[in-house]
Amino acid sequence: MAHSATHPTWLQHHFSDAHQQRESSKLGMWIFLVTEILFFGGLFCAYAIYHAWNPEIFHAAHKALDWRLGGLNTIVLITSSLTMALAIRSLQVNRVRVASGYLWATFLLAATFMVVKYFEYSHKFHVGQLPGKYYTYTGIEGTNPHIFFSIYFVMTGLHGLHVLIGMGVILWLIVRNRKNHFSAQYYNPVEMTGLYWHLVDLIWIYLFPLLYLVG
Amino acid sequence: MSNSANPSVTLRAPLVEPDRIDETTGLPRENYLHDGGRGLKSWLLTMDHKRIAILYLITVSAAFFVGGIMALLVRLELYLPDKQFFGPDAYNQLFTLHGAIMIFLFIIPSIPAILGNFVLPLQIGAKDVAFPKLNLASWYVYVFGAAFTLISVFTNAADTGWTFYTPYSSSTSTSVIPMTMGVFILGFSSIFTGLNFIVTVHKLRAPGLTWFKMPLMVWGLYATAIIQVLATPVLGITVLLLTLERAFGIGIFDPAMGGDPVLYQHFFWFYSHPAVYIMILPGMGIISDLVASFSHRKIFGYKFVAFSSMAIALVSFLVWGHHMFTSGQSEIAVMIFSFLTFMVGIPSAIKVFNWTTTLYKGSISFSVPMLYVFAFLFLFTIGGLTGIVIGALSLDVHLHDTYFIVAHFHYVMVGGTVMAMVGGLYYWWPKIWGRMYNRTLGVFAWLLVFVGFNMTFFTQFILGSRGMPRRYWTYLEQFQPLHAFSSSGAMVMGLGFLLVGINLWRAVKHGKPSGSNPWGSLTLEWTHCSSPPLPHNFKETPRIDYGAYEYDKVLPTITK
Repeated sequence: MAHSATHPTWLQHHFSDAHQQRESSKLGMWIFLVTEILFFGGLFCAYAIYHAWNPEIFHAAHKALDWRLGGLNTIVLITSSLTMALAIRSLQVNRVRVASGYLWATFLLAATFMVVKYFEYSHKFHVGQLPGKYYTYTGIEGTNPHIFFSIYFVMTGLHGLHVLIGMGVILWLIVRNRKNHFSAQYYNPVEMTGLYWHLVDLIWIYLFPLLYLVG
Repeated sequence: MSNSANPSVTLRAPLVEPDRIDETTGLPRENYLHDGGRGLKSWLLTMDHKRIAILYLITVSAAFFVGGIMALLVRLELYLPDKQFFGPDAYNQLFTLHGAIMIFLFIIPSIPAILGNFVLPLQIGAKDVAFPKLNLASWYVYVFGAAFTLISVFTNAADTGWTFYTPYSSSTSTSVIPMTMGVFILGFSSIFTGLNFIVTVHKLRAPGLTWFKMPLMVWGLYATAIIQVLATPVLGITVLLLTLERAFGIGIFDPAMGGDPVLYQHFFWFYSHPAVYIMILPGMGIISDLVASFSHRKIFGYKFVAFSSMAIALVSFLVWGHHMFTSGQSEIAVMIFSFLTFMVGIPSAIKVFNWTTTLYKGSISFSVPMLYVFAFLFLFTIGGLTGIVIGALSLDVHLHDTYFIVAHFHYVMVGGTVMAMVGGLYYWWPKIWGRMYNRTLGVFAWLLVFVGFNMTFFTQFILGSRGMPRRYWTYLEQFQPLHAFSSSGAMVMGLGFLLVGINLWRAVKHGKPSGSNPWGSLTLEWTHCSSPPLPHNFKETPRIDYGAYEYDKVLPTITK
């Protein structure tokens, strides 16, 4: 279906103009991010309560986490936020192929994050530091170290799931960019994905010290 | 030019005369039901908010029917003590299903997803909601979540009560996870709808339509959407944690593993209390529109009613502990929750006073929707006042987990929300289908519903105050006459709702064509849209010359 110059292909019919579409998508994405904050907020709340009730367990158990791997992952994610922002910037100045490069970089950094997580998780599985009723490790003193690992796995697991979903969305953006869907006139989906990605990064920035550095 | 009957009226509201009327049906030739695609596929892939509203109408009504059957089975069992048809375990499953289906599959989506979807864009002069694809997705997510929940029914249904309290819910062998995961999925449907409505109200209003010119229905839906977006994620994480507790024994609610079962209650009620305002706020929005329309007056204290919706949305997050007065909280916590519970009743009371004042000396027409308004005013007031009763700790200690609580929440949810919803359905039915329902049957059905409801639930206030516990399969002989009376009332009420359904169903194909504005209302859906509306709602973007309820300045045109 052909469109005139005043009605670009990406302008959806129920919006009166591109400005309204852009403003709506921004507000919509911010509201979605608020729901994500509340979703993880419940977990941070649980963390706060159990940490307050069992400070010695949290201190003892956190040593089981390797802060260097966690620190590496933090640097990886922050860098991926940078490459994401640079991808958006590239589109703003109409450098479409460079944008694809930055999107790939973001994707690969996210994949690195997941690989590091894989190593961390498999080590824990190996020694029996598992959530709740599957916990068999004996090297941590105190009653009920399971609580720490339950919280660790639920929080990092849910976060990891969000990283995976983000990776899928970024891949979709790369595909669309290849088809020249984005330009300096229209890069909304990339910008909105960027917002999501920054939140995923931010959540990890809180998770890292609370789980790896506490004590 | 002024009207001779009322010299102060200077404006006449427009009336939509469709270009062409179909001779056989008497309806406008071009309307969203026939245009914008025909056939099942065009409906299942629609992005038209009006069609999505009807998709929701079908599935949510089915949920109401199933939840209603559960209720009738529960009341049937309770005619006499001990077993009539169901043993105690089956009874527990029945009331769990009744609660879970009615709350998550029926009442939470009901008004926003059906009437909100249909009417919100029309009332603000928009072509659709902000994110039509998300809107359709929300319906599919609803269907998927509902199907998931129903898996529980067929695999030894959960018997925990709809509240899924730990430690029973984390250890029972009944099918809890399908139900909790179903609820998780349904939560997304609610969030998507809420998100959509917030952006729609902020960004898609017609030029000149300022916030205080909007109908109060829109304010109600907006406040509801805020709660949906903020509270539902917390329910999500709660049921997810419960699922993980059952599946992996993470121990977060298990004292043997360092967890705390009362933490579950805090998490659960942090959502579920605001959730009850998700249930009532859209109903209040409907009542505002109906009161204005059927008394032909602007709402007294419009701004107070609008702001009270926002106040309810805010304060609703601060009172969850009143569901847990007997769970071992500290005295300070209990006192603060009790105080805030009293506070949260105030904005609701403001609305009831303002509606009543609007009616005073208004030109009231006793249409079927108006009957439901009167039912609402009476029944919701009782429900709200009894809420204050149990918000007082000293009384709640005796009344908690008795039939008094059950009666209270049915008065607000059924006597409040469902009355408002049925009134709204009758009111907007002519807009949705272009046809009018049968008034006589409407009045008769209303009578059965109103009488049946009070028979069922007023009795339960008495039962509760005399000590009858809730969720009990059997009871002491002395309670039997009241139980039998309550159960009989339930049958009467059930018949009433069935007749409502039959009346509305028949109107869809056989009702008399209503014309664009049978009520003479001033809101945009009546003055600027045909009945049924065009696929894109308006011929051209409406020009906003006056606010939603300015009956003192504008004369509407009624189609007969």
